[in-house]
Amino acid sequence: MYAQLVETGVKRVKSLEEMTPEERAFQERIDAEIKIEPKNWMPDAYRQTLIRQISQHAHSEIVGMLPEGNWVTRAPTLKRKLQLMAKIQDEAGHGMYLYSAMETLGADRDAEIDKLHSGKAKYSSIFNYPTLNWADMGAVGWLVDGAAIVNQVVLQRTSYGPYSRAMIRICKEESFHQRQGYEILLTMMRHGTQAQKDMVQDAIDRLWWPALMMFGPSDADSPNSAQSMAWKVKRMSNDDLRQRFIDQTVPQLEFLGCTAPDPDLKWNEERGHYDFGPINWQEFYDVLKGNGPCNRERVSTRRKAIEDGAWVREAAVAHAAKRQQKQNAA
Amino acid sequence: MTDNKNDLIEYLLRLGDNAMINGQRLCEWCGRAPALEEEMALMNVGLDLVGQARNWYEYAAELLADGRDADQLAFRRDERAYRNTLLVEQPNGDYAVTTAKLFLFDAWHFHTLSALSASSDERIAAIAAKGLKEVTYHLRRSGEWVERLGDGTEQSRQRMLAGIDEVWRFTFDLLSSDEIQQRLAAAGIGADATAVAAAWQATVEQVFERASLPVPQPASYFYLDGKRGLHTEHLGILLAEMQFLQRAYPDATW
Repeated sequence: MYAQLVETGVKRVKSLEEMTPEERAFQERIDAEIKIEPKNWMPDAYRQTLIRQISQHAHSEIVGMLPEGNWVTRAPTLKRKLQLMAKIQDEAGHGMYLYSAMETLGADRDAEIDKLHSGKAKYSSIFNYPTLNWADMGAVGWLVDGAAIVNQVVLQRTSYGPYSRAMIRICKEESFHQRQGYEILLTMMRHGTQAQKDMVQDAIDRLWWPALMMFGPSDADSPNSAQSMAWKVKRMSNDDLRQRFIDQTVPQLEFLGCTAPDPDLKWNEERGHYDFGPINWQEFYDVLKGNGPCNRERVSTRRKAIEDGAWVREAAVAHAAKRQQKQNAA
Repeated sequence: MTDNKNDLIEYLLRLGDNAMINGQRLCEWCGRAPALEEEMALMNVGLDLVGQARNWYEYAAELLADGRDADQLAFRRDERAYRNTLLVEQPNGDYAVTTAKLFLFDAWHFHTLSALSASSDERIAAIAAKGLKEVTYHLRRSGEWVERLGDGTEQSRQRMLAGIDEVWRFTFDLLSSDEIQQRLAAAGIGADATAVAAAWQATVEQVFERASLPVPQPASYFYLDGKRGLHTEHLGILLAEMQFLQRAYPDATW
């Protein structure tokens, strides 16, 4: 999930009786599964929540390019290099697409990016972990994109039209990335040397728990979920999404011949789900607060890119204005 | 054909190495470009180039027939065996240096692939024709950036001038030709380097004029020669990074 802990600014969900006629018409539209479009009236809190959620999602796409950028210059074969470059390019595209969806809500891309650089806006906590061997490129595709898909498949039905349509498009590409990631790992496990197999297990050991944290805190500790669910900005609870992800991932893990770093992970016949051990939420909140292993590097790399590029963007604007002037004069 | 075979292998490696090293430098921009649109464009151009490199290497590997495949040509050759032009191995610098590098290379690449599209070697003609579609866009894009930066603000103009100054000296190596090229051009297989150089000069003059940038005097002989594996010190470091996994785990399957 690329947007965790999205603040709604709402303490308690209003009942239909408590709503103004506008609010009520809006809620009834949502209840009837009719998409909200940019020109429709919407409560300010809904608008702000979506801006926060979509911008977090867009920031995650962009920051998420950095752990891959760490390996794209070292990809081991032409095929793997091309795959990774294409994936990174897709992510830049997703970022652009999501920022556009966000702008339909009246938000400004540059202003939201400023919030990322000042630490006010969040992005997915997973990208604050380092990528330490090539298998991480497989594990990121499989687990991180995999977790994102579980969330985004559900978000294809989200109530805001432009976001829902962005999700439909993005999901197709993410599924491709996930299969590619899994294939990287499978090749290393099936045809690789012992050193390569060790890389795969090491990558899974490091990324397993952070991937589970991507779904955000447990429902009991997720104060904004009720309003987001009522608005159908969110369509399944964090815990349900996490369970779904674990249930579909464990058989793939076994097929790889690898293990998860969780001694409590086992099939529960009665529940029809996998049980799993406690998540270290202290780590999650720490990373979210900025104290993860790579928070500082990720944000400063992004900030530097935008600061160093200021003169380039200014030149492009100045040149376009001069051209316009010449055209008008002609 | 056999007479030309060794020439042809050399020539294919030059084409492949130019695309590969340029693509590698573009990978270094990941997450660091001045705008999201540029992030996409740079990776897109890089992707085209690495794809083209693969095509040239595959053909070279078939002709070599010594058991090496395209990956081994890319990831297991040392710097003295690399045949790329000096220009593409230069560090990225700021966006003006990168723009200058890309544009000067793209103009050469465009005219070279245009000529190779008519090669009597069908395989070369096919790879070149496919690449030419991509490179036509590369040249338009980098040419537009030369214009934007040259004509944009005072700062961008100064940086663009400095960027051109930084890499112009490598254009001697880019445009020069040797006996291998001459023999292949005479056989109708390779591009005529003199004709490519003249077309390159015309393209550069045209774009620089639109950008109000002076065209420097032709670059002079530089003592190094990428075609013979005499590189600047930057290539060795670049390859150390790019080839790391293949070198560290020679028995691995990726």
